Formats: sequence, structure tokens, C-alpha cells
Amino acid sequence: MPQARVIPLHRPGGAATGSGLPAGPSTAAAVDEGHDQVEPQWYRELAGLLAFARRRCSGDYGVDEFGYDPDLTDHVLLPLLRPLYRTWFRVETVGIHHLPLDGGALVVANHSGTLPLDAVMTAIAVRDEHPAGRHLRMLGADLVFRTPLLGSLARKSGQTLACVPDAERLLASGELVGVWPEGFKGLGKRYRDRYKLQRFGRGGFVAAALRTQTMIIPCSIVGAEEIYPMIGDITPMARLLRTPYFPVTPLFPLLGPLGMIPLPSKWYIEFGKPVRTDCYQRGSADDPMLVFNLTDQIRETIQQTLHRLLIQRRNPFLG
Amino acid sequence: MSPSVVLVTGASRFVGGQLAVRLAADPEIDRVLAVDTVPPAPELMRRMGRAEFGRADLRNPLIAKVISTAKVDTVVHASTSANPPDAGGYRSGRSTIKEMNVIGTMQLLAACQKSTTVTRLIMKSTGAVYGASPLDQAMFTELDEPHAIPASGYAKDAVEVEGYIRGFARRRDDVDVTVLRFANLIGPRVDTVLTRYLSLPVVPTVLGYDGRLQLLHEQDALAVLERATQAGIPGVFNVGGDGVLLVSQAIRRLGRIPLPIPGPAVDAVGRLLHSAALIDYAPEQTRFLNFGRVLDTTRLHTEFGYLPRWTTSQAFDDFARGAALRPRVDPRWIATAERGVLSLAGRFR
Repeated sequence: MPQARVIPLHRPGGAATGSGLPAGPSTAAAVDEGHDQVEPQWYRELAGLLAFARRRCSGDYGVDEFGYDPDLTDHVLLPLLRPLYRTWFRVETVGIHHLPLDGGALVVANHSGTLPLDAVMTAIAVRDEHPAGRHLRMLGADLVFRTPLLGSLARKSGQTLACVPDAERLLASGELVGVWPEGFKGLGKRYRDRYKLQRFGRGGFVAAALRTQTMIIPCSIVGAEEIYPMIGDITPMARLLRTPYFPVTPLFPLLGPLGMIPLPSKWYIEFGKPVRTDCYQRGSADDPMLVFNLTDQIRETIQQTLHRLLIQRRNPFLG
Repeated sequence: MSPSVVLVTGASRFVGGQLAVRLAADPEIDRVLAVDTVPPAPELMRRMGRAEFGRADLRNPLIAKVISTAKVDTVVHASTSANPPDAGGYRSGRSTIKEMNVIGTMQLLAACQKSTTVTRLIMKSTGAVYGASPLDQAMFTELDEPHAIPASGYAKDAVEVEGYIRGFARRRDDVDVTVLRFANLIGPRVDTVLTRYLSLPVVPTVLGYDGRLQLLHEQDALAVLERATQAGIPGVFNVGGDGVLLVSQAIRRLGRIPLPIPGPAVDAVGRLLHSAALIDYAPEQTRFLNFGRVLDTTRLHTEFGYLPRWTTSQAFDDFARGAALRPRVDPRWIATAERGVLSLAGRFR
């Protein structure tokens, strides 16, 4: 049996833990640092792959209380999605230095694109571009967790239900948390309303940041609106499938599954200057006026950044 | 303050019986009374030593007489369970289980309320009172309410039983009441619905779901009950090991083969396995396996002052070793295959 291992209740500092899992004795020799010169690249990759397969087959990996599986995320999910980030959307990330190297912080972003690919791309941006390679722990809608396959995959990739206790628990344990407060109102808006921010929920995310005294980082995503331009909504279908909407895009459902290929728009993700919350006194999370004002301030920052990025962008597909 | 006369219910079962063994070994306690509907196995009876076993059905008012004549000052109610013992090969039906859990607790509480000697009541409850649903936060604290109140089965019993306990605590505020909400018990010796399920050679799961399991080692559970009995720490406490395992991960660690069943077919397969007496199937258990449940044990660590010695994965591995299940997929094969492929590839580098 594999050795029992202690899974810490709170990951210290949320540092990269992707490859922190101990490799077995058989591979430890193969990927030994000292053999770097001798072992060719493909051999080391093969050894890594086999070690990964062994860990998966024998259940020898760590999962945190939220169901987050860094081993699977780093070795399967992110590599599968990275081509979309690099080649398809050619994402350009600005202001990644605004994210702290460690400790809790809340990334608040605009939501669009019919399917939540913007959340996925933001997570890759943070993992790949940030100097500490941090994992973005995302807060998702309850629909996600109710759906088979998607729900368990979401948990394994580090998402959890968007609710105040989970947001606070993650922030308090020093994680980088991502939230899309517009929810389905933003995700499922028509193409003619593109880049118009919708209502920012009820400000629960601001209250969570205030209570945990963590900074809020506004994040503006340009490009996601064009991937599935939603021109209509078949409400009876949506009701049948129990989804918030059933999108009609120029290609879907006209081309069937082919219509599900996202259009290759050019993306920009800009992280703005952090808004500090540790300057407010304890208990200020219970002041609704302050919460509303901060919510508006962050919403305004994101909206203005979106306008600026849109002016700079000449063509949605070429950038 | 150490108790002098302790009454333990559910003595023929693992938790109650082993707790009686531990309490009997404590010289500070004058008398240990252990009761259950069926006598414990001879081996357990022998290990209980000076603890006195009495055959008493909690559903019967006789229990009041036991409490008053023995001048019991501490009651440990450990008999509520999802799977009561097989009484002479007869598998008790769900209605009997419910009666034992709910009516038994009501009778016991009625007796305690009348008693002038009882000063401490310890209740073994379960984290199942929080239910399991996709709308739940990741971790439950003692103050959280379930999103979907369990509609059936043991979880519903536990919710009702806790309701009666709260009522009792209100009426007799001079009695210290401790409610311990246990995560799923596991270990080499304890026999639960979960251990039976995981011991199946091919383990049926629901396609597309993977619940988070938090486990509690049997020895930790006993130690917590023992500490509550001896020290008397009133309050409600979540009790569970640190960390979680996913259901799929647990199955792989045991070298079992998972069999994902599409959602619509689950009920039929569950009933089939139930009627074949392979598992105790109940819809509430499917929900638990689908979504899982994790308890926040901060209060256990700080207020109650107990740190579980086993984490979830350590407890699970102890179960895997102790249960001596022959893995269908041996981890050694996997390691051998890995070395084989690597050495083969090594010739070409």
C-alpha cells in the first residue's frame, strides 16, 4: 500500500503544489537532477508520465477539503486547455504583477461568452504568467456542481460553490480566489450588449474580502464576448434542459457540434491595481453602504478598463 | 470531575462495546453499566471485564429503572446506528432500525429527565445531519443548517434524535449535554455501511460524481467519546480526521474496480444489490457518495481539546491493511509495469 500522507488542512501560502507530490522510488532515480545530462528529454517526460499514471491508478495523490486535485489539474486539465490559451485565443496578459506572490486575494472579473471559457483562461493566465505560478481557486455557480461530470471536474480543478463561507475559508487560508459576480446575467447576455457590465450580484464577494482583510483585484477580460456571439435564446429548450438559456449563435445550433467551436477572437486579460480592504476596521463588512460603494468602485474600474482596451483593439480577431 | 456510574447504550456493537472496555479500565469510574438488546459477542464480553452487561431494550421503560437503581450519573448514548446488529441472522428492517434509533432515544431521554442523579449526557451523533447536496458549502461548522434536510434513512433519524436531545437540554439545563457529530467511521475492526460498500470486489459508483469523504478512525472516535465521558465538555462538536479522499481515490487505493453507473439506472442497480444482500442501499447514501461531506473540526481542536491521531487518508490506509482485502488491481503490478516500460525505453535512449 502507498504510505499514508498528511494532507495539510490549509495549504501554506497557496504556493505551487503541482509537482509537490512525492514520486515513488522507481521514478525518483529516473528523474534525478544529477542525471539531467544523461537522460534525454523524451525519456524524462516518459518517466514523468508513467509516474503520473501510477499515482492515478493507486490513488496516491492529495485532494483538499474543497475537492481540489492539483496533480490532475496540472498534468491533465491545464495541458489540454493550454493550446486554446496560446494559439486559439492568443491571450495577452497585462498587470500580472498586481497579484500578490502569496497570501489571500480576490480577483473580480467580468463574465461573458455564453460558456465560461473566460474563467478557464484567467486561471491559465494566473498559473502560467504569474512568477509564483499560483493556482486560481474559482467560485462557480450552483448549476455547475449540480451537473454530472462537470461538477466533479470543477471541484477537481479547484472550483467551489460561490457562497460566502467558502469564499471566506479560501481567502482566510491564503488562496487566490477568482469570482465572476455577474454570473449568468453576464455570461448569457446578447451580443449587442457586449462589454456592458451587468449587476454585480449582491456584493457578497466584497463582504468576504472585507471580513478576511484581503485585497480585491479588478480583472478585465476582452475577447470573450466574441467567441460565441449570442444573438438569440430558445427559452423552451432552456426550460427543458434546466439551463438559464439556450444560446443561438451564428453557427449554433445551425452547424450542430461544429457550431460549438469558439470563434478565434484575440484576448486581453488585464489585472488592475489592487483595492486594499485592510484599511477598514473590523466589522465594516456589516456596513451595507460601504459594501455597495466598494462594489460600485470595482465595477466602475473594470468597465473603464474594458472601454480603454476596446479602443486600443482594432479588430476583435486580429487584435 | 470524573463520573462514578456510567451507562453505555449499544454495548454489543463496536462503538458502545469498545467504549465500555475502555471505561472499565479506568479506575476512577466506580461502575460501568453496558446495555443493549442483544448480548455482546463472548470475546467482547470477556474484554469488558468489570463492566456489567444488562440486556435492555431502550424502547422499553425498563431503562428508567436501571438508571434510578444504579444511580447513574453519566449516560453515553452510543446505540443509534444506520445498521443495527443482525439479531439471530435476521436482518432488521428499516422500520425496526428507525424505532430503535428514535423511540429508543426518546425513552432514554425520558428516563434521564426523571432521574435526579444524571448530570452528564453524551450523544454519539453523525455528520449525516448536515445532509449532502451540491448546494452545500465545502465544510460544515457546528452552526450550519443543512440545505436539504435528509428526507429518509439514518440521516433523518439522526436529525430527529438531535431534536429530542435539544429539547432535553432545554428542559434539564443542569445536565451537561455533549453531542458528537462523527464523520464516517473507518478502521480495521469497525463494520459500517461504508466499509461494506468499499469491500465489494467491483464498486458501483454514479457516473459523473465523485464525493469527498472525510473519515474518522475508530480509535479516535472511541478516544473522543472517552474524553467526553471523563471530562464532560458540553456542546456540539464535529469529529473527523483532517483532509479528504475522493470516492474514486478511495476505490483505487484499495485496488478495487469502480463501476460507474449512469444516473437513471442507479436506483435499479442499488435495489438489485440490496436485495442480493450485498449492500445496504438507500438514496441518501448515493447522495453522500455523489457530493460528500466535510466537517470543520476547529471546535474539536480548540474547545474540546482533541486532535485526531489519524488523518482521513491514514485512517483509510489502516482500514485497507486491517481489512486484508485482496486488491483486484495490485499496486505492485502497476509499479512493475512502470519499471518494465522505463527499462525498455531506456534501451533506446
